[in-house]
Parts: sequence; structure tokens; C-alpha cells
Amino acid sequence: MKTYRLEVAITPREGLLDPEGKAVEHALQALAFDGVSRVRVGRLVTLEVSAEDEVSARAGAEEMCRKLLANPVTEDFSIALAEA
Amino acid sequence: MRAAIITFPGSNCDYDCYKAINEVLGEKAYFVWHRETELGDPDVVILPGGFSYGDYLRAGAIARFSPVMETVTRLATEGRPILGVCNGFQILCEAGLLPGALVRNSELRFLGRDVHVRVERTDTIFTANYHPGQVLRLPIAHGEGNYVADRETLERLEAEGRVVFRYTDATGERTPAANPNGSMNDIAGIINEAGNVLGLMPHPERVVEGLLGGTDGLGLFTSLRSALGRLAATT
Repeated sequence: MKTYRLEVAITPREGLLDPEGKAVEHALQALAFDGVSRVRVGRLVTLEVSAEDEVSARAGAEEMCRKLLANPVTEDFSIALAEA
Repeated sequence: MRAAIITFPGSNCDYDCYKAINEVLGEKAYFVWHRETELGDPDVVILPGGFSYGDYLRAGAIARFSPVMETVTRLATEGRPILGVCNGFQILCEAGLLPGALVRNSELRFLGRDVHVRVERTDTIFTANYHPGQVLRLPIAHGEGNYVADRETLERLEAEGRVVFRYTDATGERTPAANPNGSMNDIAGIINEAGNVLGLMPHPERVVEGLLGGTDGLGLFTSLRSALGRLAATT
């Protein structure tokens, strides 16, 4: 068993209105950051899992997302391997 | 009528429900801590408002895995009436007992004020004592009350007449200004397919006597009592 450190990024589902992202986008534009668009605000969950290999570590994290970490109605998620 | 009110860590409308049922209605309500799995055979289960688990992750996301929810889910599938108010509605959605989800209010602010909702269905066990199209004045108190669902779910809810309460103005007209939180189709409350699980964002339990500023919420509780009385008479 090895320990894998994963970063799970959860963002509002593409196509769904994200008022928080919109507010941040407007604020950035007000600060003269030109050319900023499609700002989405989500959540980052970092965790460590013990698994045989990277594939099963990721599979475990996907299951966590489906059951608890993300709401399939409103959120998308992506999983990245972080440096241990 | 015996009502089990589930208390989660962070529930804060449990006593409002308790008083509405015990003192105003004169029926029997009792609390059940969320770690229990035995509910004491209630006629109705109430998931009250509040901020269970501090709304961590998403409103209702963690409460939905409390031990008590397994029993609540079983009772729901057996046809027992389940009422979810505010955070209770969010928990019912997270648990999959009602479709869709409640996300951040479109204007990002927590809203604590009165709104108007129109009663869209009076043939449910929760609303039979209202009259069709009746406009109620009910308080809301939420940061995540913006109802969303995918197009297919929304079409199905409308086709099956499962939107029970809709935000309107005081005259019962749907206007953009009357929708406080951005909810799709002005949805304030929905019912499940079988008609025994209702979730709504406004707080009927807070307006059950004149001293509280209104009695528009009382009809929901008397409707339930009447429905349960009829049920008892036929079995």
C-alpha cells in the first residue's frame, strides 16, 4: 500500500449560474484586470488515501465525490495527484 | 397526531415546530436526536430548519448521513408523511428523497424576511386546508434557497404538478421581483411522486398564531392533522 495525496476540485456545474463567480469576476474587472472572464468559484479538498496504485486511489476519490464531496445536480469535480 | 422532530447539531427551528404542534395545535410532538435510529412510530417526521453541521461542504450534505436518516428514508419509502422545512428541505434533496438541489441565493445574501407564496396544490396531505391559488405570507431565512434541477427533472415536476408552493407577489402573480432567491420556475416547495414527502424553504411553523405576526402557516399543520385523521378512520 502506498499513500497518495490527492486534490479534489469541486466547481459549480458548467452551464449553471454561479453568482459567486460572477461577483468575483465583476470585482476583478472593477480592479482593471482586463480580459478576465468565466470566473468560477469552487472548493478544494485535499486528502491522503492508502491504495495499491494510483488508479485505485483515484477510483476511491471518485466514489467519495459521487457520494459526498460533490452534488451531482449542481457540481463538477476533478481529481489531481499532488506531490506527496 | 404524533410528530417526530429530528434535531441535528445546528438545527434551530426544532422548538418552533415543537411549539406549533404541541401548544398551538394541541397535538403531540417530540424530539429525536440525529444519532438515534428508533423514531418511536410517529405519524409524521419533521426535519426542521437550521444549519446542520454548520452547512459544511453543502447545506444538508453531512446531515444526510446521520444515523437517523436511514430510518427516515425507510419511513419515506413506506409512505409515512415527511416534512422538511428550510434546512430540512436541503437535507431531503441531498438524501435523494426529493429531486434537485438548493444552491446559493442568486444575490448571494442571506435573506430573512417575509415573502408571498401561492398554494399550487390543495390535493396533498400537507395543503388540503388551503384553497387553490391561496397566497400565503411566510417568512424565509436562508442563504441557500435557490432551487435548481436539470431541465428534465423540472419538466417532470411541472408535468406532474409537484410544485406545491411558488413565490409570487401579494396578489398571486409571478414576477421576477417576487422571487427572492433565483429559484427556477419560482419554486418554493415541492412534493415527491408518492405525495408523502414535502420540502419547502419558507417557515410555516413561524406563523401559526397572531402573536407571531400571522397564521398563514397553520393550515399546513391542520391539513396534516386532518389527513392523518382520515387515514386512521379508514384503517
